[in-house]
Amino acid sequence: MKEKGWKDIPIGGLILEPGNAKNYKTGSWRTFKPVRDEEKCTHCLLCWIYCPDSSIIVEDGKIKNIDYEHCKGCGICSVQCPVDAIKMVEEVKEE
Amino acid sequence: MARVVGLTGDEVAAEAIRQINPDVIAAYPITPQTEIVQRLSQFVADGLISAEMVRVESEHSAMSACVGASASGARAMTATSANGLALMWEIVYIAASLRLPIVMPVVNRALSGPINIHCDHSDSMGARDSGWIQLYSENCQEIYDNLIQAVVIAENKEVLLPVMVTLDGFVLSHAMERVEILEDEEVKNFVGEYKNPHSLLDLNNPVTYGPLDLYDYYFEHKRQQVEAMEKALRVIQGVGKQFAKISGRSYGLIEEYRLEDAELVVIALGSTAGTIKEAVDELREEGVKAGLLKIRCFRPFPGREINEALKKVEAVAILDRSASFGAEGGPVFLEVRSSLFEKTERIPIINYIYGLGGRDIKVEEIKGVYQTLQRIARTKRVEKRVDYLGVRE
Repeated sequence: MKEKGWKDIPIGGLILEPGNAKNYKTGSWRTFKPVRDEEKCTHCLLCWIYCPDSSIIVEDGKIKNIDYEHCKGCGICSVQCPVDAIKMVEEVKEE
Repeated sequence: MARVVGLTGDEVAAEAIRQINPDVIAAYPITPQTEIVQRLSQFVADGLISAEMVRVESEHSAMSACVGASASGARAMTATSANGLALMWEIVYIAASLRLPIVMPVVNRALSGPINIHCDHSDSMGARDSGWIQLYSENCQEIYDNLIQAVVIAENKEVLLPVMVTLDGFVLSHAMERVEILEDEEVKNFVGEYKNPHSLLDLNNPVTYGPLDLYDYYFEHKRQQVEAMEKALRVIQGVGKQFAKISGRSYGLIEEYRLEDAELVVIALGSTAGTIKEAVDELREEGVKAGLLKIRCFRPFPGREINEALKKVEAVAILDRSASFGAEGGPVFLEVRSSLFEKTERIPIINYIYGLGGRDIKVEEIKGVYQTLQRIARTKRVEKRVDYLGVRE
């Protein structure tokens, strides 16, 4: 995303577009990445409830995937999971 | 039709605020500003203004309440002095950064310590980089006029910055003077209605105030503030002319007093300008070409206007009612000297620190300053760049 100049942004740091935090990709903050084991997961949705960044994507009451563009790797989902289905795996630089 | 009344500086400030009739007043009393808040409380209790009076527990809360009120679309005002201004410091910067047109009388008082309640400019001068516009008042009439104009300046769409209107503690705040008061209706029409285009209470157009602003955009927002200050220079002059239409009193960024042919010029701001006028008149009687340049608007700084006004001058003295510890002189001196550096011909320029903690400044002392300027004009030599007026050795 190209950053705008001072003449093209609202004054005072105001944000005029509600919910635009989604445009700010925080995935790069992560050092550990949550990896979900589909076999173990019971879709209890506790991880979805606890995730502070709304990064557990649910469709029709089932967990579909994890939004890695916004997940900061806090690990709360992994701690809350009652069946140990989410492991935190260290991020490695992809070649 | 204007009414002519006798009012103290604090009383006339309260009278101006009554006529402006802001939506929210959040203030905490502090000497010598107390009478402003006391009067406003009385006005609210008597039903003379419809403002919501928020009796806060500190100045930090006063400015915080004003920020919230202003962001939600209300016209918000407060008033303070010295340590009160120091206590609201954090939010003073935030008000300017969020571009909220809050108007605040600052009754100039020396900052502690040791504790002192009398006049100097250490409080408002400390806030000169906070992003607030600063208008200094010479007398009670100017306090009234500046406050009414401040609302229109602050809320101008090109500006949207908060404004401090300063008045010298006790010297003006507690001194009764003859003041012309406009009709309520005239003031009401002049200030108009405040419409915040981005109100927090506008549910159809939601807005976020004060989000995290890091290295990617903070700099751009500061650049905008600089631009708004620059634009304010023209707006302040325009509002000063408009104000003349209802009051007969016109205002610019500076006031030139017997300056056209002046060879020796003193530059000052606040009530001391009145004392200097007295000295200038006496010296003119004696044939000395003395003049005064009064700075009304210190932020934004009218460097160009000051340069233009000092055309035929032979020597200049700048009076500072605050010390800038460790600097090369007082804040007014530093600013003026920097502007005058643009001139190809160097004017000899000296600085006097005076009146700290309410120390009186007398006509005789100012005449002494002009005598020093005469010597400098004659010898072309500055012996002491920064000196002190009225301090005991």
